[in-house]
Amino acid sequence: MVAGTKSIELSVPSRPEYVAVVRLVVASLATGKRNLAADRIDDLKLAVSEACTNAIEANRKAGLDAPVVASCWEAPDRLEVCIADSGAGFEPSALSVHPEVTDPERLSFERGLGIPLIRSLVDDLRFESTPQGTKVWMTMFGGPDSGDETTEIVRSVVERD
Amino acid sequence: MELGLNVDTSNPTYTVIVVRGELDVYSAPKLREALIELVSEGHRKLIADLEAVEFLDSTGLGVLVGGLKRLRSNDGDLALVCTQPRVLKVFDITGLTSVFRISSTLEDAMAG
Repeated sequence: MVAGTKSIELSVPSRPEYVAVVRLVVASLATGKRNLAADRIDDLKLAVSEACTNAIEANRKAGLDAPVVASCWEAPDRLEVCIADSGAGFEPSALSVHPEVTDPERLSFERGLGIPLIRSLVDDLRFESTPQGTKVWMTMFGGPDSGDETTEIVRSVVERD
Repeated sequence: MELGLNVDTSNPTYTVIVVRGELDVYSAPKLREALIELVSEGHRKLIADLEAVEFLDSTGLGVLVGGLKRLRSNDGDLALVCTQPRVLKVFDITGLTSVFRISSTLEDAMAG
Protein backbone atom coordinates (compact mmCIF):
# COMPACT_ATOMS: atom_id res chain seq x y z
CA MET A 1 0.00 0.00 0.00
CA VAL A 2 1.38 3.36 -1.00
CA ALA A 3 1.11 6.28 1.37
CA GLY A 4 0.31 9.66 -0.13
CA THR A 5 -0.56 10.90 -3.58
CA LYS A 6 1.29 10.62 -6.82
CA SER A 7 2.99 13.87 -7.79
CA ILE A 8 5.15 12.81 -10.72
CA GLU A 9 5.08 10.04 -13.28
CA LEU A 10 7.92 10.01 -15.73
CA SER A 11 8.26 7.48 -18.51
CA VAL A 12 11.63 7.39 -20.25
CA PRO A 13 13.13 5.19 -22.95
CA SER A 14 15.11 2.27 -21.59
CA ARG A 15 18.45 3.79 -22.51
CA PRO A 16 21.46 4.77 -20.35
CA GLU A 17 21.35 8.46 -21.29
CA TYR A 18 17.96 8.83 -19.56
CA VAL A 19 19.15 7.71 -16.12
CA ALA A 20 20.52 11.21 -15.45
CA VAL A 21 17.16 12.73 -16.42
CA VAL A 22 15.25 10.57 -13.93
CA ARG A 23 17.64 11.21 -11.03
CA LEU A 24 17.61 14.96 -11.71
CA VAL A 25 13.81 15.12 -11.80
CA VAL A 26 13.44 13.15 -8.56
CA ALA A 27 16.20 15.20 -6.88
CA SER A 28 14.56 18.45 -7.99
CA LEU A 29 11.25 17.37 -6.51
CA ALA A 30 12.93 16.34 -3.26
CA THR A 31 14.93 19.57 -3.08
CA GLY A 32 12.02 21.84 -3.90
CA LYS A 33 9.23 20.25 -1.96
CA ARG A 34 10.62 18.09 0.81
CA ASN A 35 12.41 18.83 4.03
CA LEU A 36 15.46 16.71 3.32
CA ALA A 37 19.08 17.60 4.01
CA ALA A 38 21.41 17.98 1.04
CA ASP A 39 23.23 14.71 1.75
CA ARG A 40 19.92 12.85 1.89
CA ILE A 41 19.05 14.27 -1.54
CA ASP A 42 22.42 12.92 -2.76
CA ASP A 43 21.52 9.52 -1.26
CA LEU A 44 18.19 9.57 -3.09
CA LYS A 45 19.83 10.55 -6.39
CA LEU A 46 22.25 7.66 -6.08
CA ALA A 47 19.50 5.19 -5.15
CA VAL A 48 17.37 6.32 -8.12
CA SER A 49 20.36 5.98 -10.44
CA GLU A 50 20.97 2.43 -9.25
CA ALA A 51 17.31 1.42 -9.58
CA CYS A 52 17.03 2.94 -13.09
CA THR A 53 20.22 1.22 -14.21
CA ASN A 54 18.83 -2.12 -13.00
CA ALA A 55 15.48 -1.41 -14.71
CA ILE A 56 17.16 -0.69 -18.05
CA GLU A 57 19.20 -3.87 -17.71
CA ALA A 58 16.04 -5.89 -16.89
CA ASN A 59 14.24 -4.58 -19.99
CA ARG A 60 17.30 -5.22 -22.15
CA LYS A 61 17.69 -8.80 -20.89
CA ALA A 62 14.02 -9.44 -21.68
CA GLY A 63 14.57 -8.05 -25.19
CA LEU A 64 11.91 -5.42 -24.59
CA ASP A 65 11.67 -1.90 -25.93
CA ALA A 66 9.56 -0.99 -22.90
CA PRO A 67 10.06 2.27 -21.00
CA VAL A 68 11.30 2.71 -17.46
CA VAL A 69 8.63 4.42 -15.39
CA ALA A 70 9.53 6.53 -12.38
CA SER A 71 6.79 7.77 -10.08
CA CYS A 72 6.94 9.85 -6.92
CA TRP A 73 4.38 9.71 -4.14
CA GLU A 74 4.25 12.36 -1.47
CA ALA A 75 2.81 11.93 2.02
CA PRO A 76 3.11 14.25 5.02
CA ASP A 77 5.99 12.28 6.50
CA ARG A 78 7.65 10.71 3.45
CA LEU A 79 8.54 10.69 -0.20
CA GLU A 80 8.22 7.38 -2.01
CA VAL A 81 9.86 6.78 -5.37
CA CYS A 82 8.96 3.81 -7.54
CA ILE A 83 11.08 2.67 -10.48
CA ALA A 84 9.31 0.13 -12.69
CA ASP A 85 10.48 -2.07 -15.53
CA SER A 86 8.82 -4.76 -17.66
CA GLY A 87 11.60 -7.33 -17.35
CA ALA A 88 11.35 -10.95 -16.24
CA GLY A 89 11.52 -10.18 -12.51
CA PHE A 90 13.91 -11.51 -9.90
CA GLU A 91 13.95 -13.02 -6.45
CA PRO A 92 15.40 -10.41 -4.05
CA SER A 93 16.37 -13.07 -1.49
CA ALA A 94 18.42 -14.90 -4.14
CA LEU A 95 20.85 -12.02 -4.68
CA SER A 96 24.47 -13.14 -4.52
CA VAL A 97 26.52 -12.04 -1.54
CA HIS A 98 29.85 -10.44 -2.31
CA PRO A 99 33.04 -11.78 -0.76
CA GLU A 100 34.63 -9.74 2.00
CA VAL A 101 36.74 -6.83 0.80
CA THR A 102 39.83 -8.59 2.14
CA ASP A 103 39.17 -11.52 -0.20
CA PRO A 104 41.07 -11.16 -3.51
CA GLU A 105 37.99 -12.61 -5.22
CA ARG A 106 36.16 -9.39 -4.37
CA LEU A 107 37.74 -7.75 -7.40
CA SER A 108 35.84 -10.19 -9.62
CA PHE A 109 32.63 -8.43 -8.61
CA GLU A 110 32.40 -5.38 -10.80
CA ARG A 111 28.62 -5.52 -10.81
CA GLY A 112 25.80 -6.33 -8.46
CA LEU A 113 26.56 -3.53 -6.03
CA GLY A 114 23.39 -1.60 -6.89
CA ILE A 115 20.82 -3.17 -4.58
CA PRO A 116 23.11 -3.30 -1.50
CA LEU A 117 23.84 0.37 -2.15
CA ILE A 118 20.16 1.30 -2.44
CA ARG A 119 19.44 -0.61 0.76
CA SER A 120 21.96 1.45 2.70
CA LEU A 121 20.87 4.78 1.21
CA VAL A 122 17.10 4.89 1.61
CA ASP A 123 14.95 4.60 4.73
CA ASP A 124 12.88 1.75 3.35
CA LEU A 125 13.20 -0.47 0.30
CA ARG A 126 10.77 -3.01 -1.06
CA PHE A 127 10.33 -4.95 -4.26
CA GLU A 128 7.29 -6.07 -6.18
CA SER A 129 8.64 -8.50 -8.74
CA THR A 130 6.61 -10.69 -11.09
CA PRO A 131 7.46 -12.33 -14.44
CA GLN A 132 5.86 -9.22 -16.01
CA GLY A 133 8.14 -6.70 -14.35
CA THR A 134 9.66 -5.30 -11.21
CA LYS A 135 8.79 -2.27 -9.12
CA VAL A 136 11.41 -0.97 -6.73
CA TRP A 137 9.89 1.20 -4.00
CA MET A 138 12.26 3.52 -2.16
CA THR A 139 11.14 5.62 0.81
CA MET A 140 12.76 8.69 2.31
CA PHE A 141 11.23 9.99 5.51
CA GLY A 142 11.01 13.74 5.86
CA GLY A 143 8.12 16.18 5.87
CA PRO A 144 7.19 18.70 3.20
CA ASP A 145 9.37 21.75 2.88
CA SER A 146 8.04 24.08 5.56
CA GLY A 147 9.09 27.32 3.92
CA ASP A 148 11.06 29.93 5.81
CA GLU A 149 12.05 29.85 9.45
CA THR A 150 9.39 32.35 10.52
CA THR A 151 6.64 30.14 9.14
CA GLU A 152 8.11 27.19 11.01
CA ILE A 153 8.29 29.11 14.32
CA VAL A 154 4.71 30.40 13.94
CA ARG A 155 3.51 26.89 13.13
CA SER A 156 5.22 25.37 16.18
CA VAL A 157 3.72 28.03 18.45
CA VAL A 158 0.24 27.54 17.01
CA GLU A 159 0.50 23.76 17.32
CA ARG A 160 1.72 24.01 20.91
CA ASP A 161 -1.18 26.23 21.86
CA MET B 1 26.29 15.48 -18.87
CA GLU B 2 29.34 14.60 -20.94
CA LEU B 3 32.19 12.87 -19.13
CA GLY B 4 35.51 14.68 -19.40
CA LEU B 5 38.73 12.66 -19.45
CA ASN B 6 42.23 14.14 -19.61
CA VAL B 7 45.31 11.97 -19.57
CA ASP B 8 48.55 13.47 -18.23
CA THR B 9 51.71 11.51 -18.95
CA SER B 10 54.18 14.21 -17.88
CA ASN B 11 55.25 12.33 -14.74
CA PRO B 12 57.81 9.60 -15.55
CA THR B 13 56.27 7.12 -13.09
CA TYR B 14 52.59 7.87 -12.87
CA THR B 15 50.00 8.38 -15.57
CA VAL B 16 47.18 10.56 -14.33
CA ILE B 17 43.67 10.36 -15.72
CA VAL B 18 41.55 13.32 -14.66
CA VAL B 19 37.83 12.50 -14.65
CA ARG B 20 35.18 15.24 -14.79
CA GLY B 21 31.40 15.09 -14.64
CA GLU B 22 28.98 12.29 -13.83
CA LEU B 23 30.11 8.69 -13.83
CA ASP B 24 27.12 6.43 -14.40
CA VAL B 25 25.82 3.74 -16.76
CA TYR B 26 25.85 6.19 -19.68
CA SER B 27 29.33 7.63 -19.21
CA ALA B 28 31.25 4.83 -17.47
CA PRO B 29 31.99 2.86 -20.69
CA LYS B 30 34.06 5.82 -21.87
CA LEU B 31 36.26 5.54 -18.76
CA ARG B 32 36.46 1.76 -19.16
CA GLU B 33 37.73 2.17 -22.73
CA ALA B 34 40.25 4.81 -21.66
CA LEU B 35 41.63 2.57 -18.88
CA ILE B 36 41.87 -0.43 -21.21
CA GLU B 37 43.68 1.69 -23.77
CA LEU B 38 46.17 3.02 -21.23
CA VAL B 39 46.97 -0.49 -19.99
CA SER B 40 47.38 -1.76 -23.55
CA GLU B 41 49.76 1.12 -24.23
CA GLY B 42 51.92 -0.08 -21.37
CA HIS B 43 50.93 2.34 -18.60
CA ARG B 44 51.11 0.46 -15.31
CA LYS B 45 51.01 3.07 -12.52
CA LEU B 46 47.76 4.92 -12.93
CA ILE B 47 46.14 7.58 -10.78
CA ALA B 48 42.50 8.47 -11.40
CA ASP B 49 41.84 12.01 -10.17
CA LEU B 50 38.16 12.06 -9.15
CA GLU B 51 38.10 15.55 -7.61
CA ALA B 52 35.90 16.90 -10.42
CA VAL B 53 33.51 13.93 -10.42
CA GLU B 54 30.07 15.26 -9.50
CA PHE B 55 28.29 11.95 -9.31
CA LEU B 56 29.43 8.34 -9.03
CA ASP B 57 27.23 5.27 -8.90
CA SER B 58 27.96 1.54 -8.79
CA THR B 59 28.44 1.32 -12.56
CA GLY B 60 31.22 3.89 -12.34
CA LEU B 61 32.59 2.08 -9.33
CA GLY B 62 32.54 -1.19 -11.28
CA VAL B 63 34.66 0.35 -14.02
CA LEU B 64 37.23 1.51 -11.44
CA VAL B 65 37.26 -1.98 -9.87
CA GLY B 66 37.71 -3.48 -13.34
CA GLY B 67 40.59 -1.09 -14.02
CA LEU B 68 42.25 -1.96 -10.72
CA LYS B 69 41.93 -5.68 -11.42
CA ARG B 70 43.35 -5.27 -14.92
CA LEU B 71 46.31 -3.25 -13.63
CA ARG B 72 47.09 -5.54 -10.70
CA SER B 73 47.08 -8.55 -13.00
CA ASN B 74 49.72 -6.68 -15.03
CA ASP B 75 51.86 -5.80 -11.99
CA GLY B 76 50.45 -2.31 -11.93
CA ASP B 77 48.18 -0.28 -9.70
CA LEU B 78 45.32 2.20 -9.87
CA ALA B 79 45.29 4.81 -7.11
CA LEU B 80 42.58 7.41 -6.62
CA VAL B 81 42.51 11.07 -5.64
CA CYS B 82 39.27 12.10 -3.99
CA THR B 83 38.13 14.26 -1.09
CA GLN B 84 34.48 14.69 -2.00
CA PRO B 85 32.20 13.21 0.66
CA ARG B 86 29.45 12.30 -1.81
CA VAL B 87 31.89 10.25 -3.90
CA LEU B 88 33.82 8.80 -0.96
CA LYS B 89 30.53 7.65 0.55
CA VAL B 90 30.03 5.19 -2.33
CA PHE B 91 33.44 3.64 -1.61
CA ASP B 92 32.65 3.56 2.12
CA ILE B 93 29.29 1.82 1.77
CA THR B 94 30.66 -0.83 -0.57
CA GLY B 95 33.75 -1.42 1.57
CA LEU B 96 36.03 -0.52 -1.32
CA THR B 97 37.97 2.11 0.64
CA SER B 98 40.14 -0.77 1.79
CA VAL B 99 40.66 -2.07 -1.75
CA PHE B 100 41.75 1.20 -3.37
CA ARG B 101 44.54 3.49 -2.25
CA ILE B 102 42.67 6.80 -1.93
CA SER B 103 44.63 10.02 -1.41
CA SER B 104 43.57 13.61 -0.78
CA THR B 105 45.97 15.16 -3.26
CA LEU B 106 47.76 14.16 -6.40
CA GLU B 107 51.08 14.74 -4.63
CA ASP B 108 50.12 12.29 -1.88
CA ALA B 109 49.03 9.73 -4.47
CA MET B 110 52.36 10.04 -6.24
CA ALA B 111 54.25 9.77 -2.94
CA GLY B 112 52.71 6.29 -2.71
